[in-house]
Amino acid sequence: MKRLVAWMTPYRKECVLGPLFKLLEALLELIVPLIIAQLVDRAIPSGDGGAVLRCGALLAALALVGLAASVTAQYFAARAAIGFSTSLRHAVFSHIHSLSFADLDRLGSATLVTRLTGDINQVQTGVNLGLRLLLRSPFVVFGAMIMAFTIDGRLALIFVGVIAVLFLIVFGIILGTMPMQRQIRTDTDAVSAVTRENLSGVRVVRAFRREAGETARFDRLNRVLTRAHLHAGRFTAALNPLTYVALNLAIVLLLRSGAVRVNAGSLTQGQVIALYNYMSQILVELVKLANLIVTLTKSAACARRVSELLEVSPSQQDGTREITPADLSSLTFRDVGIAYYASGDAALEHISFTALPGQTIGIIGGTGSGKSTLVNLIPRFYDHTSGEILFGDTPIRDLKIASLRQAIGVVPQRAALFQGTIRSNLLWGNPEATDQDLWNALEIAQAAEIVRGKPAGLEEPVQQGGRNFSGGQRQRLTIARALVRRPAILILDDSASALDYATDAALRRALREMDNPPLTFIVSQRTSSVRFADRILVLEDGLCVGQGTHAELLASCPVYREIHEASAGKEESVHG
Amino acid sequence: MAEKNRTFQKKTLRRVLRYIRPQMGFIGLNLLLSLLSVALTLYVPILIGRAIDAMVGAGRVDFGLLTNVLLTVGICVGATALLQWLGGVLNNRITFRTVQSLRQDAFEHLHTLPLKYLDAHSSGDILSRMIADVDTFADGLLLGFTQLFTGIVTILGTLIFMLTLSPLITLAVVVLTPLSLFVARFIATHTYEMFRLQSVTRGEQTAVLNEAVGDLKLIQAFSHGEATIARYDEINSRLQDCSLKATFFSSLVNPCTRFINSVVYAAVAAAGGFTVLAGGLTIGTLTSFLSYANQYTKPFNEISGVVTELENALACAGRIFEMMDEPPMTPDPVRPEEPAHPDGDFVMEDVSFSYDPARPLIEHLSLHAAPGQRIAIVGPTGCGKTTLINLLMRFYDVDAGRILLDGVETRDMTRASLRSRIGMVLQDTWLPAGTIREIIAFSRPEAEEAEIIAAAKAAHAHSFIRRLPEGYDTRIGEAGGSLSQGQQQLLCIARVMLALPPVLILDEATSSIDIMTEQRIQKAFTAMMAGRTSFIVAHRLSTIRNADLILVMNAGKVVEQGTHDSLLARGGAYAKLYHAQFEP
Repeated sequence: MKRLVAWMTPYRKECVLGPLFKLLEALLELIVPLIIAQLVDRAIPSGDGGAVLRCGALLAALALVGLAASVTAQYFAARAAIGFSTSLRHAVFSHIHSLSFADLDRLGSATLVTRLTGDINQVQTGVNLGLRLLLRSPFVVFGAMIMAFTIDGRLALIFVGVIAVLFLIVFGIILGTMPMQRQIRTDTDAVSAVTRENLSGVRVVRAFRREAGETARFDRLNRVLTRAHLHAGRFTAALNPLTYVALNLAIVLLLRSGAVRVNAGSLTQGQVIALYNYMSQILVELVKLANLIVTLTKSAACARRVSELLEVSPSQQDGTREITPADLSSLTFRDVGIAYYASGDAALEHISFTALPGQTIGIIGGTGSGKSTLVNLIPRFYDHTSGEILFGDTPIRDLKIASLRQAIGVVPQRAALFQGTIRSNLLWGNPEATDQDLWNALEIAQAAEIVRGKPAGLEEPVQQGGRNFSGGQRQRLTIARALVRRPAILILDDSASALDYATDAALRRALREMDNPPLTFIVSQRTSSVRFADRILVLEDGLCVGQGTHAELLASCPVYREIHEASAGKEESVHG
Repeated sequence: MAEKNRTFQKKTLRRVLRYIRPQMGFIGLNLLLSLLSVALTLYVPILIGRAIDAMVGAGRVDFGLLTNVLLTVGICVGATALLQWLGGVLNNRITFRTVQSLRQDAFEHLHTLPLKYLDAHSSGDILSRMIADVDTFADGLLLGFTQLFTGIVTILGTLIFMLTLSPLITLAVVVLTPLSLFVARFIATHTYEMFRLQSVTRGEQTAVLNEAVGDLKLIQAFSHGEATIARYDEINSRLQDCSLKATFFSSLVNPCTRFINSVVYAAVAAAGGFTVLAGGLTIGTLTSFLSYANQYTKPFNEISGVVTELENALACAGRIFEMMDEPPMTPDPVRPEEPAHPDGDFVMEDVSFSYDPARPLIEHLSLHAAPGQRIAIVGPTGCGKTTLINLLMRFYDVDAGRILLDGVETRDMTRASLRSRIGMVLQDTWLPAGTIREIIAFSRPEAEEAEIIAAAKAAHAHSFIRRLPEGYDTRIGEAGGSLSQGQQQLLCIARVMLALPPVLILDEATSSIDIMTEQRIQKAFTAMMAGRTSFIVAHRLSTIRNADLILVMNAGKVVEQGTHDSLLARGGAYAKLYHAQFEP
């Protein structure tokens, strides 16, 4: 929480002036009953019309000054709150870009989005309202009480009593109904979940003719939600009546005791009226204060969450050396292993191989065998926990991460494009690429035909997530994106899964025919994608159970043979 | 435009009223309660004025009168509180019962809508209509009932009470107070644009955020962080600008109305003071007047808030009705036909279909799947296999030609009857949230335990289910929860196994499933297909080779059909696809 205050410091001036002007306004409001008392006790009995007019003018003048003060306060509060949230948003957004993959896995993307949207907005609201009301409301409530003490110490005790009672009622109901409000949210979530399910699964629901059953399920949850609303409503509906009773009983008490004092001559009629007016001011502000405290509690919880995110320090240490051509002369894994969690089992163990420029390395294995983990170590997305990874003779951790990744083209399993144009997406690979570079990459990735088919060519807009392209088109474009930078190492992480066999084959041929072809890693679940590789690594449960060419592995590695047979390669002997 | 808007609003309002009608009795009662409670509330300041008049000065306090007056205050206050509480509870009831039936109708309508509508609209949009819009509608309705009516009654009541006390001062109040209403309106209309800009900018920023967060790893892999941050910051600074304006200007409403209230208060004090001097008013009455001046302006501010809320609620109701007005599917025939022999004989005769009339998709397609035959659908991703399934299941109707199942045109059957004859296992698995038992019994809720287990065993799902913490009672969250893709598909197979129909639509696994599971799925498929007409979206050559008929699809169209050998001999698209597998 304290960390967040740092983003507040540029607005120190606003944070002091805002509440100060707000206090000024409140102070003016507290003077009003005194002027009315003056009017009743002095001006009217004296029969002086000028004095009455002066009282009226004074009230109007107070109102005007109050307006000026409060407008100023609102401005400072808004400026501070929004300036604060803007810089906080920037700080958090930049921060998440510095986190390592391991950190991101742990946090999850849903968390990051909520922190940056809902949470920060809530903090902004909290700061804004806090600056405006946190001082004002208690000031009016206790100010009225203190003013009452200056008029009559005994009667002011009624104020102390009623403030305590009102406080109990207001906070009792607001805090007491909070669990009910939570229940309402849970029930709303359930209604919304069943609706979402029925929308996403509409084909299945209809295929199995379960429309009536699902409607009945919705009906049940909908009823539960209504009941929760009605239940909570019975309590919240009591807030106004209860405070009304408490306040007015206090007024009755005040008038009764006041009358005795007036009769004894120790209090004037005007002073009784002033006390009555102060009493009326308390309630409004107390309700505001209660709502403010609810808002602030929420904001504080959000602020804590944002702050926690900022406290996550990047878990990777950057290297010091730029990568050189000598480093790219070979890539060696020597007995490499990685455990994602310090306590957990290793995701990968005892992996050793050496790869040379231009080679194609296939990596094959079932789900969870560690294929992606292995290739993720190469651009240092994750840090290996045992063994050595060497680029040439240089340990991977000596290299600057940015420079290392510059030399590597990655095509991830999930083909993601970004809002913009085809060109803007391809330029991710290399901002300085010429049109010729882009088209070369597109040709190799078998994507040139997609771009030629679009009316605007390279300038064709790409919608968010690339949803205006099919899965296969997206996949080919992401391959092109990786090739634009002419990487020394290319990693295709199961990227061919959305490609048909023909395109897959054409892609592999084009890669081979490049001048200075990259060292290519192909991750796959089927042997057809890797069978022509210079070397294939067969993984099972994080261990390398076979290494060699397709023919060698067919002869020597039972796991490979099983995979090969399972991926329907039996007909090879017939048509091969 | 505004006129059209107005009539739309009126129409929406009428429909809202129809939903409220069952609550009419409660509404009448509620209005009566608030009328009474407002009258009592307004009477209290007069009583207090009288009490103050009973204490003029030292030795001049009329205790008898005072006690009487104060007792009356106590009774009034107690009665008001009770009436207010009852009104609040009633109001809740009216609102949430109305909302419940609205939501229920909306959901029921959902399942009568054609898939054409559901496919064309994002489920997020429909969801937000049914949840968020209905909630906003409820809030507006709740506020509207509590505050609009009491507000108006309070204003009128106050006016009447004030008029009986002093017409002159009342005039001063009446002239000045609407000012606050105007000011609030003025600010609201002028900040509307700023708020709109703020929410548009926020939307823009969230889009960048979602994209960035979703692919943060990719951004890092391409060292593209700085560019993304720059893009985010550009929006962020625009957001700062419009947020500041929206927040500041909207926060002026309270100070401004408070200012006008204070001016009214000052005017009443001065005018009242003079009237007291002239002997037309007592001090106590002046006090009553001053508290009226305070109360009187409050409902004006509330009403202006309520009007916005109500407009908002009406707009939301409009969005819900818009969805409920979508025409439902063509109804099932009145006298549906049933095939005499459920063999699974599928015929497509000269079928044409397209989603968009401008882009023809399937044209003059004819095919015949005889009982027990296997039809393999082959083609690249996005080739249009979903379209074929849409037509077979009658999720969409054909534009021309006809589809017959066992000699009966599918349009002459009820949808339920048609669909009960077809079992479907897709690769995009969809499982409802629930226990494993419920998930499998989805196809036949009345199935016995033994049948469910038998289906799971036949689907090779029994062994993994047994290993789950609570076996068949394990709860699986929304969208399959913690199950792997392959396990989800096994459950889908078990689901179909439980109600084995004569026709099957199957989707073979691609690479995202591990090999052992894939083999299990394959075995389960083979078991299911025995003696059934099956349409298989095929990825495995063995499946394709063994098919009785191969449909080669591309770009939504069936480009070739025939057997493996006839298609190879033809040397067309299929042959090219087939040889690619073995090309170096």
